[in-house]
Amino acid sequence: MSDFEPKIVAFVCNWCTYAGADLTGTSRIKYSPNVKIIRFPCTGRIDFMLLLKAFANGADGIIVSGCHPNDCHYTSGNFHAKRRWIMFRELMDFMGIDMNRVTFSWVSAAEGAKWAEVVNATSVRIKELGPYVSYRELVNKPVEEEVRNE
Amino acid sequence: MNNLVERARELLENKTISVIVGYEAGPTGIARPVFITDPSKADILICDERCVQNLAVYLTKPEVRKLGKTGIVATLPVMRSIMMLISEQQITADDVVVLGISSDRKLLDIPDITVMQGFIEKSDLGNPQKDKELLAELNKLSPDEKFAWWQKELSNCIKCYACRQSCPMCYCTRCAVEVNQPQWIPVQSNTHGNMEWHILRAMHLAGRCISCGECGRACPVGIPCHLLTMHLTDQTHRYFNVHAGTSDKMKSVLSVYEPGDKENFII
Repeated sequence: MSDFEPKIVAFVCNWCTYAGADLTGTSRIKYSPNVKIIRFPCTGRIDFMLLLKAFANGADGIIVSGCHPNDCHYTSGNFHAKRRWIMFRELMDFMGIDMNRVTFSWVSAAEGAKWAEVVNATSVRIKELGPYVSYRELVNKPVEEEVRNE
Repeated sequence: MNNLVERARELLENKTISVIVGYEAGPTGIARPVFITDPSKADILICDERCVQNLAVYLTKPEVRKLGKTGIVATLPVMRSIMMLISEQQITADDVVVLGISSDRKLLDIPDITVMQGFIEKSDLGNPQKDKELLAELNKLSPDEKFAWWQKELSNCIKCYACRQSCPMCYCTRCAVEVNQPQWIPVQSNTHGNMEWHILRAMHLAGRCISCGECGRACPVGIPCHLLTMHLTDQTHRYFNVHAGTSDKMKSVLSVYEPGDKENFII
């Protein structure tokens, strides 16, 4: 397990966190290479289903990041996203799905260093949690097997 | 109950409404929905403890709408559904005549939407008592136990979408589950797809569910899927102090925001 390298998917907004991550690079700050960044127009665009799809397709951890409140390029996208994530987390907790695997953060275009911290912290946490086998097992469970077990 | 029949007949006779949606006793004694257009048939309407189905689901159906102005036998959840449908601009207040039924099965006088709002505000808007107990029990479990419990329940799902069809708030003519580019939810009924479907349904009803519990009653394999939406109903009240279906002007919780919304998980 010690050589386990987690797959982390980062859903980030185009205007703040993506530019922030760009700044991390141009500032030559080293950070965990486990992260795969996917750029979105806004945090408000990040559908909760995308997170579930990421887990189903092999992600061990997820980062969702966008502009700080009041900084949204579209004025209110991140405020709407915030309400959605509050509800989503409550639902996931109720269903017993581990929300420690998902990091939510606000990273502005000027916070290159913070982006590196967020990714590193998430990477360390996911390494401790290990691969997300329980979710992937669900995906690979064939229909017939379920019937036979009954 | 007789008041209800008289009132229904009167409304149909003077052509205030062209159809009334109510309950009748089916052949096996269970209450089933009935659509009455003929005043002489109004006496088959019943209204007792068997009548639990949320009839508001029919208000948005084109088959019912084309009949004209609709009268509806409405218990508290039905009234709240009507409020939500008006606030989401699916129907207008002029489309319906509400034959309100109190919790002790008496006919209420509800001439307009303001009176209905007053009645709703005076009522208990929480989840039904037995669901509250179930929710409390489930919330006591550890995450792993919860996961196992839901996996066991959801593995029975046959993807018939009765939960969606019975829900007055699920009125989209093209549901996300039928979209196949991208295919959000796997078509076949496997545990993973079943879980994704129930998460999607609960999230789309977050802050809009009026706790009638119809989805759970409609489920042919007995999945208590109403607990998911009811849990989110509790949480919307906890975080945003809002009860769905209390006003014809309110916006649903996830389509508005307050700059000061509190959370403790975003770093």
